[in-house]
Amino acid sequence: MGRILLIVPLALFVALVVYFFVAMHGGYDPSTLPSAMVGKPVPVFDLPGPPAPPNYSGPPVKLGFSSRDMLGHVVLVNFFASWCVPCRAEHPVLMGLGSSAGVPLVGIAYKDKPKDAVDFLQEYGNPYVAIALDESGRTGIDFGVYGVPETYIVDKHGIIRVRHVGPLTAESVAREILPAVRALQAQP
Amino acid sequence: MATSNCGSPLPALSRRRGSATTRRVVGRGLLLALGLLLFLAPAFAVEPSEMLKDKALEARARAIGQELRCLVCQNESIDESNADLAHDLRVLLRQRIAVGDTDQQAIQFIVKRYGDFVLLKPPVEPATWLLWFGPAALLAASAAGALIFVRRRNRAAGEPAALTADEKRRLDELLHEPE
Repeated sequence: MGRILLIVPLALFVALVVYFFVAMHGGYDPSTLPSAMVGKPVPVFDLPGPPAPPNYSGPPVKLGFSSRDMLGHVVLVNFFASWCVPCRAEHPVLMGLGSSAGVPLVGIAYKDKPKDAVDFLQEYGNPYVAIALDESGRTGIDFGVYGVPETYIVDKHGIIRVRHVGPLTAESVAREILPAVRALQAQP
Repeated sequence: MATSNCGSPLPALSRRRGSATTRRVVGRGLLLALGLLLFLAPAFAVEPSEMLKDKALEARARAIGQELRCLVCQNESIDESNADLAHDLRVLLRQRIAVGDTDQQAIQFIVKRYGDFVLLKPPVEPATWLLWFGPAALLAASAAGALIFVRRRNRAAGEPAALTADEKRRLDELLHEPE
């Protein structure tokens, strides 16, 4: 009994060290918050789109959309803003996603001026099949957005399945986003 | 996270050379200002334009706002934070209260979107038992351990074993040893 008691502090200390080591090196980021919306229906919204730029000649883009428009498909919803620096870092990844990914990517401009959002997409290219404006940020709050960019995977039944906080990278798309999308697309 | 800045910028103090009198007056004024600072309530980020006209409702909104975490500046409440999102949440909170939500309903409205994390005081539930009761349990366990240790030591020290026959003989020898 006495012997065992002697080992307890050392064992506790070792457990703590292992825990801290795993927490620090296991990709745990304390600034990433747990999401309350995963597993819940996508919030109801019907947002307007930005004005179409006069000299636009690319593929057709739906300007403005509602939560109902997304039903029946697995959809990637990306919150972005022209004033958001990480969004610029993320943008090439979104552009690279393209049609080859086989999943519609829709963009919601979070607390952005319509013209700024359009200018941003004109300058860096438009990766979205549909764009909506959330000028008040209210839809963002309903999603639980606390900082752009954030990306959500919504399943065919309109349930939020995955939430990614911060810029997408080629690695996170390949490792996290696309496998999840494929799995959800395979579901009835 | 690039939503907004968290701190409140202080206006830069401009310096100017003046006569001795001016300097003395300025010095006194500065002292007075510093003295008055002591009586200031802690700074809040709530702007007059956000406030509800009804004082009772506004007071409720303020109380709730102090319990809700700003998601951008995570150690500040939405009542203190200058972040854009905190402003939006304050306005939203006041809208909910204005349409007749109880405090609990208004809090739940935000918790539903951001999770328990927005509550600066986490709820007491199985997942947070360790958080709430861990320190008290640790203290109780250490106190119990210390008590047992001290008792044992006292018992060991308080009741010395009786001398054996050998030891008695040796003691006798030592005591009656010729000088």
